[in-house]
Amino acid sequence: MSAVGIDDETAAGPTRPESRKPRRLALAGLLLPVLLAILWEVLVRAGIANGRLMPPPSVVGKTLWGLAASGELLTHAFATLWRVAAGFGLGAGVGTLLGALTGALPVARGLLDPTLQALRSIPSIAWVPLFILWFGIFEASKVALIAVGVFFPVYLGVAAAILGIDRKIIEVGRVFRLGRVAMVRRVLLPAILPAWFTALRSGLGLGFMFVVAAEIMGASEGLGYLLVDGQQLGRPDTIIAAIISFAVLGKLADALLLALTRPFLAWQDLGRAKL
Amino acid sequence: MLRFETLSKTYADGTQALSRIEVEVAAGEILALVGGSGCGKTTLLRLIAGLDQPSAGRIVLNGDTIGEPRADVGVIFQEPRLFPWLSVADNIAFGLSHLSAFEREGLVTNALVRVGLAGYEKRWPRELSGGQQQRVAIARALITRPKLLLMDEPFSALDATTRASLHGHLLALWEESRPTVVMVTHDVEEAVTLADRIIVMQPKPGRVFDELDNPLARPRDRLSPAFEALKRDALRTLDRSLRDEAPLQNKAAETAGMWW
Repeated sequence: MSAVGIDDETAAGPTRPESRKPRRLALAGLLLPVLLAILWEVLVRAGIANGRLMPPPSVVGKTLWGLAASGELLTHAFATLWRVAAGFGLGAGVGTLLGALTGALPVARGLLDPTLQALRSIPSIAWVPLFILWFGIFEASKVALIAVGVFFPVYLGVAAAILGIDRKIIEVGRVFRLGRVAMVRRVLLPAILPAWFTALRSGLGLGFMFVVAAEIMGASEGLGYLLVDGQQLGRPDTIIAAIISFAVLGKLADALLLALTRPFLAWQDLGRAKL
Repeated sequence: MLRFETLSKTYADGTQALSRIEVEVAAGEILALVGGSGCGKTTLLRLIAGLDQPSAGRIVLNGDTIGEPRADVGVIFQEPRLFPWLSVADNIAFGLSHLSAFEREGLVTNALVRVGLAGYEKRWPRELSGGQQQRVAIARALITRPKLLLMDEPFSALDATTRASLHGHLLALWEESRPTVVMVTHDVEEAVTLADRIIVMQPKPGRVFDELDNPLARPRDRLSPAFEALKRDALRTLDRSLRDEAPLQNKAAETAGMWW
Protein backbone atom coordinates (compact mmCIF):
# COMPACT_ATOMS: atom_id res chain seq x y z
CA MET A 1 0.00 0.00 0.00
CA SER A 2 2.90 2.26 0.77
CA ALA A 3 3.99 4.68 -1.86
CA VAL A 4 7.54 4.61 -0.61
CA GLY A 5 9.66 2.62 -2.99
CA ILE A 6 11.70 -0.40 -2.09
CA ASP A 7 14.74 1.70 -2.90
CA ASP A 8 14.31 3.42 0.47
CA GLU A 9 15.11 0.27 2.35
CA THR A 10 17.89 -0.97 0.17
CA ALA A 11 19.49 2.46 -0.02
CA ALA A 12 19.93 2.52 3.74
CA GLY A 13 22.98 0.32 3.39
CA PRO A 14 26.45 1.71 3.88
CA THR A 15 27.30 1.85 0.17
CA ARG A 16 27.75 5.54 -0.48
CA PRO A 17 30.67 6.00 -2.83
CA GLU A 18 29.21 3.92 -5.67
CA SER A 19 26.54 6.39 -6.68
CA ARG A 20 26.99 5.70 -10.39
CA LYS A 21 26.06 2.06 -10.27
CA PRO A 22 22.39 2.51 -9.25
CA ARG A 23 21.87 5.05 -12.03
CA ARG A 24 23.11 2.58 -14.61
CA LEU A 25 20.80 0.00 -13.04
CA ALA A 26 17.88 2.44 -13.25
CA LEU A 27 18.51 2.72 -16.98
CA ALA A 28 18.60 -1.06 -17.16
CA GLY A 29 15.16 -1.03 -15.59
CA LEU A 30 13.84 0.85 -18.63
CA LEU A 31 14.98 -1.89 -20.96
CA LEU A 32 12.13 -4.33 -20.35
CA PRO A 33 9.17 -1.91 -20.70
CA VAL A 34 10.67 -0.25 -23.80
CA LEU A 35 11.34 -3.60 -25.44
CA LEU A 36 7.82 -4.79 -24.67
CA ALA A 37 6.35 -1.57 -26.08
CA ILE A 38 8.35 -1.91 -29.30
CA LEU A 39 7.41 -5.58 -29.57
CA TRP A 40 3.72 -4.78 -29.15
CA GLU A 41 3.88 -1.98 -31.71
CA VAL A 42 5.54 -4.28 -34.22
CA LEU A 43 3.09 -7.12 -33.59
CA VAL A 44 0.05 -4.87 -34.03
CA ARG A 45 1.45 -3.20 -37.17
CA ALA A 46 2.27 -6.58 -38.70
CA GLY A 47 -1.33 -7.60 -38.11
CA ILE A 48 -0.28 -10.52 -35.92
CA ALA A 49 -1.91 -9.05 -32.79
CA ASN A 50 -5.19 -7.24 -32.51
CA GLY A 51 -4.67 -3.74 -31.10
CA ARG A 52 -8.30 -3.02 -30.31
CA LEU A 53 -8.33 -3.91 -26.59
CA MET A 54 -4.67 -3.18 -26.01
CA PRO A 55 -3.76 -0.31 -28.30
CA PRO A 56 -0.11 -0.03 -29.36
CA PRO A 57 2.08 2.76 -27.93
CA SER A 58 1.70 4.93 -31.02
CA VAL A 59 -2.10 5.07 -30.64
CA VAL A 60 -1.89 5.78 -26.90
CA GLY A 61 0.67 8.47 -27.59
CA LYS A 62 -1.56 10.05 -30.21
CA THR A 63 -4.53 10.06 -27.83
CA LEU A 64 -2.43 11.54 -25.07
CA TRP A 65 -1.16 14.22 -27.39
CA GLY A 66 -4.68 14.98 -28.55
CA LEU A 67 -5.92 15.33 -24.98
CA ALA A 68 -2.99 17.55 -24.12
CA ALA A 69 -3.35 19.74 -27.20
CA SER A 70 -7.07 20.35 -26.61
CA GLY A 71 -6.32 21.42 -23.04
CA GLU A 72 -8.59 18.63 -21.81
CA LEU A 73 -5.73 16.79 -20.11
CA LEU A 74 -4.75 19.88 -18.20
CA THR A 75 -8.30 20.42 -16.94
CA HIS A 76 -8.60 16.82 -15.77
CA ALA A 77 -5.15 16.76 -14.22
CA PHE A 78 -5.81 20.02 -12.44
CA ALA A 79 -9.12 18.76 -11.02
CA THR A 80 -7.44 15.60 -9.77
CA LEU A 81 -4.48 17.45 -8.30
CA TRP A 82 -6.72 19.91 -6.53
CA ARG A 83 -8.67 17.08 -4.87
CA VAL A 84 -5.50 15.27 -3.82
CA ALA A 85 -3.99 18.48 -2.46
CA ALA A 86 -7.09 19.36 -0.45
CA GLY A 87 -7.56 15.82 0.86
CA PHE A 88 -3.86 15.42 1.59
CA GLY A 89 -3.69 18.72 3.44
CA LEU A 90 -6.70 17.83 5.54
CA GLY A 91 -5.74 14.21 6.22
CA ALA A 92 -2.06 14.93 6.86
CA GLY A 93 -2.88 17.87 9.12
CA VAL A 94 -5.35 15.99 11.29
CA GLY A 95 -3.23 12.83 11.18
CA THR A 96 -0.15 14.71 12.37
CA LEU A 97 -2.10 16.43 15.14
CA LEU A 98 -3.75 13.28 16.49
CA GLY A 99 -0.60 11.23 15.97
CA ALA A 100 1.38 13.74 18.01
CA LEU A 101 -1.30 13.75 20.68
CA THR A 102 -1.53 9.98 21.10
CA GLY A 103 2.23 9.58 20.78
CA ALA A 104 3.03 12.15 23.43
CA LEU A 105 0.22 11.73 25.95
CA PRO A 106 -0.62 8.30 27.36
CA VAL A 107 -4.08 9.60 28.29
CA ALA A 108 -4.82 10.58 24.71
CA ARG A 109 -3.44 7.25 23.54
CA GLY A 110 -5.74 5.35 25.86
CA LEU A 111 -8.76 7.40 24.83
CA LEU A 112 -8.26 7.77 21.08
CA ASP A 113 -6.06 5.03 19.75
CA PRO A 114 -8.44 2.05 20.15
CA THR A 115 -11.21 3.90 18.31
CA LEU A 116 -8.92 5.06 15.54
CA GLN A 117 -7.47 1.58 15.14
CA ALA A 118 -11.00 0.20 14.87
CA LEU A 119 -11.90 2.79 12.23
CA ARG A 120 -8.70 1.93 10.38
CA SER A 121 -9.86 -1.62 9.82
CA ILE A 122 -12.84 -0.36 7.81
CA PRO A 123 -11.97 -0.43 4.09
CA SER A 124 -12.00 3.28 3.27
CA ILE A 125 -14.12 2.82 0.15
CA ALA A 126 -16.91 1.64 2.43
CA TRP A 127 -17.32 5.22 3.57
CA VAL A 128 -18.29 6.42 0.10
CA PRO A 129 -22.09 5.99 0.34
CA LEU A 130 -22.13 7.66 3.72
CA PHE A 131 -19.91 10.52 2.58
CA ILE A 132 -22.12 11.09 -0.44
CA LEU A 133 -25.17 11.29 1.84
CA TRP A 134 -23.36 13.62 4.20
CA PHE A 135 -21.36 15.83 1.88
CA GLY A 136 -23.21 15.55 -1.43
CA ILE A 137 -21.95 14.19 -4.72
CA PHE A 138 -19.56 17.03 -5.49
CA GLU A 139 -16.12 17.94 -4.22
CA ALA A 140 -16.62 17.67 -0.45
CA SER A 141 -17.31 13.94 -0.40
CA LYS A 142 -14.31 13.23 -2.64
CA VAL A 143 -11.95 15.34 -0.57
CA ALA A 144 -13.27 13.66 2.59
CA LEU A 145 -12.58 10.20 1.17
CA ILE A 146 -9.03 11.16 0.18
CA ALA A 147 -8.47 12.74 3.59
CA VAL A 148 -9.50 9.49 5.28
CA GLY A 149 -7.05 7.59 3.10
CA VAL A 150 -4.21 9.99 3.87
CA PHE A 151 -5.04 10.24 7.57
CA PHE A 152 -4.18 6.74 8.71
CA PRO A 153 -0.62 6.29 7.47
CA VAL A 154 0.26 9.78 8.71
CA TYR A 155 -1.41 9.20 12.07
CA LEU A 156 0.29 5.84 12.57
CA GLY A 157 3.65 7.12 11.36
CA VAL A 158 3.71 10.14 13.65
CA ALA A 159 2.46 8.25 16.71
CA ALA A 160 4.99 5.46 16.18
CA ALA A 161 7.79 7.96 15.57
CA ILE A 162 7.10 9.75 18.85
CA LEU A 163 6.86 6.50 20.77
CA GLY A 164 10.08 5.36 19.15
CA ILE A 165 12.22 8.36 20.05
CA ASP A 166 15.40 7.12 21.67
CA ARG A 167 15.17 7.54 25.45
CA LYS A 168 18.92 8.05 25.48
CA ILE A 169 18.79 11.18 23.40
CA ILE A 170 15.95 12.58 25.53
CA GLU A 171 18.20 12.07 28.54
CA VAL A 172 20.84 14.28 26.97
CA GLY A 173 18.16 16.95 26.71
CA ARG A 174 17.33 16.44 30.40
CA VAL A 175 21.01 16.67 31.38
CA PHE A 176 21.09 20.04 29.62
CA ARG A 177 17.95 20.97 31.55
CA LEU A 178 15.72 21.74 28.58
CA GLY A 179 12.23 22.91 29.45
CA ARG A 180 9.15 21.38 27.86
CA VAL A 181 9.06 23.71 24.86
CA ALA A 182 12.81 23.56 24.29
CA MET A 183 12.71 19.76 24.55
CA VAL A 184 10.06 19.58 21.82
CA ARG A 185 11.76 22.11 19.58
CA ARG A 186 15.36 21.03 19.98
CA VAL A 187 15.08 17.28 20.51
CA LEU A 188 11.69 15.69 19.85
CA LEU A 189 10.76 17.49 16.63
CA PRO A 190 14.06 16.92 14.84
CA ALA A 191 14.04 13.32 16.04
CA ILE A 192 10.69 12.49 14.43
CA LEU A 193 11.23 14.52 11.26
CA PRO A 194 12.45 11.63 9.05
CA ALA A 195 9.61 9.33 10.12
CA TRP A 196 7.09 12.13 9.67
CA PHE A 197 8.28 12.81 6.12
CA THR A 198 8.10 9.11 5.30
CA ALA A 199 4.57 8.99 6.71
CA LEU A 200 3.61 11.98 4.55
CA ARG A 201 4.95 10.21 1.47
CA SER A 202 2.93 7.08 2.26
CA GLY A 203 -0.08 9.32 2.82
CA LEU A 204 0.40 11.07 -0.49
CA GLY A 205 0.60 7.72 -2.28
CA LEU A 206 -2.67 6.66 -0.71
CA GLY A 207 -4.16 10.03 -1.62
CA PHE A 208 -3.60 9.23 -5.28
CA MET A 209 -5.14 5.80 -4.79
CA PHE A 210 -8.26 7.23 -3.26
CA VAL A 211 -8.69 10.02 -5.76
CA VAL A 212 -9.10 7.37 -8.44
CA ALA A 213 -11.75 5.63 -6.36
CA ALA A 214 -13.53 8.91 -5.68
CA GLU A 215 -13.52 9.97 -9.31
CA ILE A 216 -14.64 6.61 -10.65
CA MET A 217 -17.55 6.84 -8.24
CA GLY A 218 -18.86 9.86 -10.07
CA ALA A 219 -17.21 12.97 -11.39
CA SER A 220 -17.53 15.25 -14.36
CA GLU A 221 -13.84 15.94 -14.59
CA GLY A 222 -10.55 14.55 -13.36
CA LEU A 223 -8.31 11.76 -14.57
CA GLY A 224 -10.55 9.20 -12.86
CA TYR A 225 -13.45 10.50 -14.93
CA LEU A 226 -11.30 10.00 -18.01
CA LEU A 227 -10.93 6.33 -17.03
CA VAL A 228 -14.69 5.83 -16.79
CA ASP A 229 -15.24 7.82 -19.95
CA GLY A 230 -12.80 5.62 -21.83
CA GLN A 231 -14.55 2.52 -20.57
CA GLN A 232 -18.02 3.73 -21.54
CA LEU A 233 -16.93 4.86 -24.99
CA GLY A 234 -14.91 1.69 -25.55
CA ARG A 235 -11.68 3.65 -25.85
CA PRO A 236 -8.87 1.68 -24.16
CA ASP A 237 -6.37 4.22 -25.48
CA THR A 238 -8.04 6.93 -23.35
CA ILE A 239 -7.93 4.65 -20.32
CA ILE A 240 -4.24 3.95 -20.78
CA ALA A 241 -3.55 7.63 -21.37
CA ALA A 242 -5.27 8.41 -18.06
CA ILE A 243 -3.33 5.67 -16.28
CA ILE A 244 -0.06 7.05 -17.62
CA SER A 245 -1.07 10.54 -16.49
CA PHE A 246 -1.80 9.21 -13.02
CA ALA A 247 1.61 7.58 -12.86
CA VAL A 248 3.38 10.74 -13.99
CA LEU A 249 1.43 13.00 -11.60
CA GLY A 250 1.95 10.67 -8.65
CA LYS A 251 5.64 10.40 -9.30
CA LEU A 252 5.97 14.16 -9.73
CA ALA A 253 4.06 14.89 -6.52
CA ASP A 254 6.22 12.39 -4.63
CA ALA A 255 9.39 13.91 -6.09
CA LEU A 256 8.18 17.38 -5.10
CA LEU A 257 7.52 16.27 -1.53
CA LEU A 258 10.93 14.61 -1.43
CA ALA A 259 12.64 17.72 -2.78
CA LEU A 260 10.87 19.91 -0.23
CA THR A 261 11.83 17.70 2.71
CA ARG A 262 15.34 16.73 1.65
CA PRO A 263 17.10 19.87 2.93
CA PHE A 264 15.88 19.03 6.44
CA LEU A 265 17.34 15.55 6.31
CA ALA A 266 20.84 16.28 5.09
CA TRP A 267 22.19 14.85 8.33
CA GLN A 268 20.70 11.43 7.75
CA ASP A 269 22.90 8.43 7.30
CA LEU A 270 20.96 7.23 4.27
CA GLY A 271 21.39 6.92 0.56
CA ARG A 272 18.38 9.20 0.07
CA ALA A 273 20.33 11.33 -2.37
CA LYS A 274 20.07 8.52 -4.90
CA LEU A 275 16.29 8.63 -5.18
CA MET B 1 32.20 18.68 47.76
CA LEU B 2 30.06 15.68 46.88
CA ARG B 3 28.63 13.40 49.54
CA PHE B 4 26.38 10.33 49.46
CA GLU B 5 24.40 9.94 52.67
CA THR B 6 22.98 6.44 53.32
CA LEU B 7 22.04 6.40 49.67
CA SER B 8 19.72 3.57 48.60
CA LYS B 9 17.87 2.86 45.39
CA THR B 10 15.23 0.20 44.95
CA TYR B 11 13.57 -0.13 41.56
CA ALA B 12 9.85 -0.58 41.09
CA ASP B 13 10.33 -4.30 40.45
CA GLY B 14 11.93 -4.72 43.88
CA THR B 15 15.54 -4.93 42.68
CA GLN B 16 17.72 -3.29 45.27
CA ALA B 17 20.31 -1.55 43.11
CA LEU B 18 22.06 0.40 45.86
CA SER B 19 22.11 -0.06 49.59
CA ARG B 20 23.28 2.55 52.07
CA ILE B 21 26.17 4.05 50.15
CA GLU B 22 28.32 6.44 52.19
CA VAL B 23 31.09 8.14 50.22
CA GLU B 24 32.60 11.58 50.24
CA VAL B 25 34.37 13.03 47.21
CA ALA B 26 36.76 15.96 47.51
CA ALA B 27 36.73 18.89 45.10
CA GLY B 28 38.95 18.21 42.10
CA GLU B 29 39.20 14.51 42.89
CA ILE B 30 38.86 11.89 40.18
CA LEU B 31 36.94 8.97 41.61
CA ALA B 32 36.55 5.69 39.73
CA LEU B 33 33.76 3.23 40.48
CA VAL B 34 34.56 -0.34 39.47
CA GLY B 35 32.75 -3.56 40.13
CA GLY B 36 31.05 -6.55 38.57
CA SER B 37 27.91 -6.16 36.52
CA GLY B 38 24.78 -5.32 38.45
CA CYS B 39 26.63 -3.65 41.32
CA GLY B 40 24.79 -0.39 40.80
CA LYS B 41 27.63 1.72 39.38
CA THR B 42 25.53 3.17 36.60
CA THR B 43 22.53 3.58 38.91
CA LEU B 44 24.71 5.59 41.26
CA LEU B 45 25.87 7.79 38.41
CA ARG B 46 22.30 8.37 37.24
CA LEU B 47 21.32 9.42 40.73
CA ILE B 48 24.17 11.93 40.88
CA ALA B 49 23.16 13.24 37.45
CA GLY B 50 19.64 13.78 38.77
CA LEU B 51 18.17 11.52 36.07
CA ASP B 52 16.74 9.15 38.71
CA GLN B 53 15.66 9.71 42.29
CA PRO B 54 17.08 7.82 45.28
CA SER B 55 14.68 5.69 47.32
CA ALA B 56 16.35 6.69 50.56
CA GLY B 57 19.23 8.88 51.62
CA ARG B 58 20.48 11.80 49.59
CA ILE B 59 23.30 13.17 47.48
CA VAL B 60 24.69 16.49 48.58
CA LEU B 61 26.66 18.66 46.18
CA ASN B 62 28.18 21.78 47.73
CA GLY B 63 25.46 21.83 50.36
CA ASP B 64 22.50 21.26 47.96
CA THR B 65 20.57 18.03 47.73
CA ILE B 66 20.57 16.79 44.11
CA GLY B 67 17.07 16.09 42.81
CA GLU B 68 17.26 16.99 39.14
CA PRO B 69 19.91 17.66 36.48
CA ARG B 70 22.01 20.71 37.32
CA ALA B 71 23.86 23.24 35.22
CA ASP B 72 27.14 22.64 37.05
CA VAL B 73 27.09 18.88 36.47
CA GLY B 74 28.23 17.50 33.13
CA VAL B 75 27.55 13.96 31.93
CA ILE B 76 29.38 11.81 29.41
CA PHE B 77 27.51 8.64 28.57
CA GLN B 78 28.73 5.27 27.48
CA GLU B 79 27.66 6.10 23.92
CA PRO B 80 28.41 9.50 22.38
CA ARG B 81 24.66 10.30 22.20
CA LEU B 82 25.23 13.13 19.77
CA PHE B 83 22.22 14.70 18.08
CA PRO B 84 22.48 13.36 14.55
CA TRP B 85 20.67 16.39 13.09
CA LEU B 86 23.18 18.88 14.49
CA SER B 87 26.63 19.56 13.10
CA VAL B 88 29.63 18.85 15.29
CA ALA B 89 29.82 22.54 16.26
CA ASP B 90 26.10 22.72 17.13
CA ASN B 91 26.34 19.52 19.15
CA ILE B 92 29.18 20.92 21.22
CA ALA B 93 27.34 24.21 21.68
CA PHE B 94 24.12 22.48 22.72
CA GLY B 95 24.39 23.61 26.33
CA LEU B 96 25.42 27.14 25.42
CA SER B 97 22.15 28.48 24.02
CA HIS B 98 22.21 31.30 26.54
CA LEU B 99 25.34 32.78 24.93
CA SER B 100 25.57 34.89 21.78
CA ALA B 101 26.49 33.18 18.52
CA PHE B 102 29.83 34.94 18.57
CA GLU B 103 30.73 33.73 22.06
CA ARG B 104 29.57 30.22 21.21
CA GLU B 105 31.72 30.10 18.12
CA GLY B 106 34.83 31.09 20.04
CA LEU B 107 34.25 28.49 22.74
CA VAL B 108 33.46 25.74 20.23
CA THR B 109 36.53 26.42 18.12
CA ASN B 110 38.65 26.31 21.25
CA ALA B 111 37.01 23.10 22.47
CA LEU B 112 37.51 21.40 19.11
CA VAL B 113 41.20 22.19 19.21
CA ARG B 114 41.40 20.69 22.69
CA VAL B 115 39.92 17.39 21.60
CA GLY B 116 41.97 17.32 18.42
CA LEU B 117 39.08 17.90 16.02
CA ALA B 118 39.90 21.38 14.73
CA GLY B 119 38.23 21.96 11.36
CA TYR B 120 35.44 19.45 11.99
CA GLU B 121 32.85 22.15 12.86
CA LYS B 122 30.58 21.56 9.88
CA ARG B 123 30.70 17.75 9.84
CA TRP B 124 27.71 15.59 10.70
CA PRO B 125 28.13 13.12 13.56
CA ARG B 126 27.67 10.22 11.14
CA GLU B 127 30.81 11.26 9.31
CA LEU B 128 32.95 10.74 12.42
CA SER B 129 34.44 7.55 13.79
CA GLY B 130 33.32 6.25 17.17
CA GLY B 131 36.35 7.73 18.91
CA GLN B 132 35.85 11.12 17.26
CA GLN B 133 32.17 11.11 18.23
CA GLN B 134 33.08 10.39 21.84
CA ARG B 135 35.55 13.26 21.74
CA VAL B 136 32.74 15.55 20.58
CA ALA B 137 30.65 14.26 23.50
CA ILE B 138 33.51 15.04 25.89
CA ALA B 139 33.79 18.55 24.47
CA ARG B 140 30.01 19.01 24.74
CA ALA B 141 30.06 18.04 28.41
CA LEU B 142 33.12 20.10 29.33
CA ILE B 143 32.37 23.30 27.39
CA THR B 144 29.89 24.43 30.05
CA ARG B 145 32.72 24.16 32.60
CA PRO B 146 30.91 21.85 35.01
CA LYS B 147 32.13 21.62 38.59
CA LEU B 148 31.28 17.95 38.59
CA LEU B 149 31.78 15.65 35.63
CA LEU B 150 30.10 12.24 35.49
CA MET B 151 31.28 9.57 33.08
CA ASP B 152 29.60 6.22 32.52
CA GLU B 153 32.14 3.87 30.92
CA PRO B 154 32.81 6.54 28.32
CA PHE B 155 35.60 4.68 26.55
CA SER B 156 34.38 1.12 26.82
CA ALA B 157 33.29 0.84 23.19
CA LEU B 158 36.62 1.99 21.81
CA ASP B 159 39.79 0.16 20.89
CA ALA B 160 42.81 0.31 23.20
CA THR B 161 44.78 2.88 21.18
CA THR B 162 41.86 5.28 20.86
CA ARG B 163 41.11 4.81 24.52
CA ALA B 164 44.65 5.70 25.57
CA SER B 165 44.66 8.84 23.44
CA LEU B 166 41.25 9.87 24.82
CA HIS B 167 42.58 9.42 28.36
CA GLY B 168 45.23 11.97 27.44
CA HIS B 169 42.66 14.38 25.96
CA LEU B 170 40.46 14.02 29.00
CA LEU B 171 43.24 14.65 31.49
CA ALA B 172 44.40 17.69 29.51
CA LEU B 173 40.88 19.12 29.63
CA TRP B 174 40.55 18.22 33.29
CA GLU B 175 43.78 20.06 34.11
CA GLU B 176 42.24 23.31 32.81
CA SER B 177 39.45 23.69 35.33
CA ARG B 178 39.98 20.70 37.61
CA PRO B 179 36.38 19.61 37.99
CA THR B 180 35.50 16.81 40.36
CA VAL B 181 35.09 13.64 38.31
CA VAL B 182 33.10 10.51 39.11
CA MET B 183 33.60 7.81 36.51
CA VAL B 184 32.23 4.34 36.13
CA THR B 185 34.45 1.81 34.42
CA HIS B 186 34.90 -1.91 34.17
CA ASP B 187 38.48 -1.47 33.07
CA VAL B 188 40.82 -1.56 36.06
CA GLU B 189 43.73 -0.22 34.05
CA GLU B 190 41.63 2.77 33.06
CA ALA B 191 40.75 3.38 36.70
CA VAL B 192 44.40 3.22 37.74
CA THR B 193 45.39 5.52 34.86
CA LEU B 194 42.87 8.24 35.64
CA ALA B 195 41.62 8.07 39.20
CA ASP B 196 42.86 9.43 42.51
CA ARG B 197 40.73 6.90 44.30
CA ILE B 198 39.10 3.67 43.21
CA ILE B 199 35.94 2.42 44.83
CA VAL B 200 35.20 -1.24 44.31
CA MET B 201 31.49 -2.07 44.48
CA GLN B 202 29.71 -5.33 45.06
CA PRO B 203 26.34 -6.46 43.68
CA LYS B 204 23.09 -7.66 45.26
CA PRO B 205 22.51 -5.20 46.71
CA GLY B 206 24.93 -2.68 45.24
CA ARG B 207 27.26 -1.48 47.97
CA VAL B 208 30.79 -0.30 48.56
CA PHE B 209 33.16 -3.24 48.96
CA ASP B 210 36.46 -1.50 49.40
CA GLU B 211 38.42 1.50 48.24
CA LEU B 212 41.97 2.05 47.10
CA ASP B 213 43.94 5.29 47.01
CA ASN B 214 46.06 6.00 43.98
CA PRO B 215 49.00 8.16 45.02
CA LEU B 216 50.84 7.92 41.66
CA ALA B 217 51.76 11.29 40.17
CA ARG B 218 50.42 12.20 36.72
CA PRO B 219 51.29 11.57 33.98
CA ARG B 220 51.28 7.94 34.93
CA ASP B 221 53.55 5.45 33.26
CA ARG B 222 51.53 2.34 32.56
CA LEU B 223 54.69 0.26 32.41
CA SER B 224 56.16 1.36 35.72
CA PRO B 225 56.32 -1.27 38.49
CA ALA B 226 54.34 0.96 40.82
CA PHE B 227 51.51 1.21 38.28
CA GLU B 228 51.60 -2.53 37.74
CA ALA B 229 51.49 -3.18 41.47
CA LEU B 230 48.54 -0.89 41.97
CA LYS B 231 46.71 -2.44 39.06
CA ARG B 232 47.32 -5.91 40.47
CA ASP B 233 46.08 -4.74 43.83
CA ALA B 234 42.91 -3.32 42.31
CA LEU B 235 42.32 -6.48 40.29
CA ARG B 236 42.75 -8.60 43.38
CA THR B 237 40.24 -6.50 45.27
CA LEU B 238 37.81 -6.72 42.37
CA ASP B 239 38.28 -10.48 42.27
CA ARG B 240 37.57 -10.74 45.93
CA SER B 241 34.45 -8.62 45.59
CA LEU B 242 33.18 -10.95 42.89
CA ARG B 243 33.85 -14.03 45.01
CA ASP B 244 32.13 -12.34 47.90
CA GLU B 245 35.10 -12.61 50.25
CA ALA B 246 35.78 -10.06 52.93
CA PRO B 247 38.09 -7.21 51.94
CA LEU B 248 41.70 -7.74 52.98
CA GLN B 249 42.02 -6.21 56.42
CA ASN B 250 45.67 -5.24 56.26
CA LYS B 251 45.39 -3.88 52.71
CA ALA B 252 45.76 -0.29 53.80
CA ALA B 253 48.90 -1.06 55.74
CA GLU B 254 50.27 -3.10 52.86
CA THR B 255 49.82 -0.37 50.27
CA ALA B 256 51.07 2.19 52.73
CA GLY B 257 54.16 0.14 53.16
CA MET B 258 54.64 -0.07 49.42
CA TRP B 259 54.29 3.60 48.59
CA TRP B 260 55.48 5.48 51.60
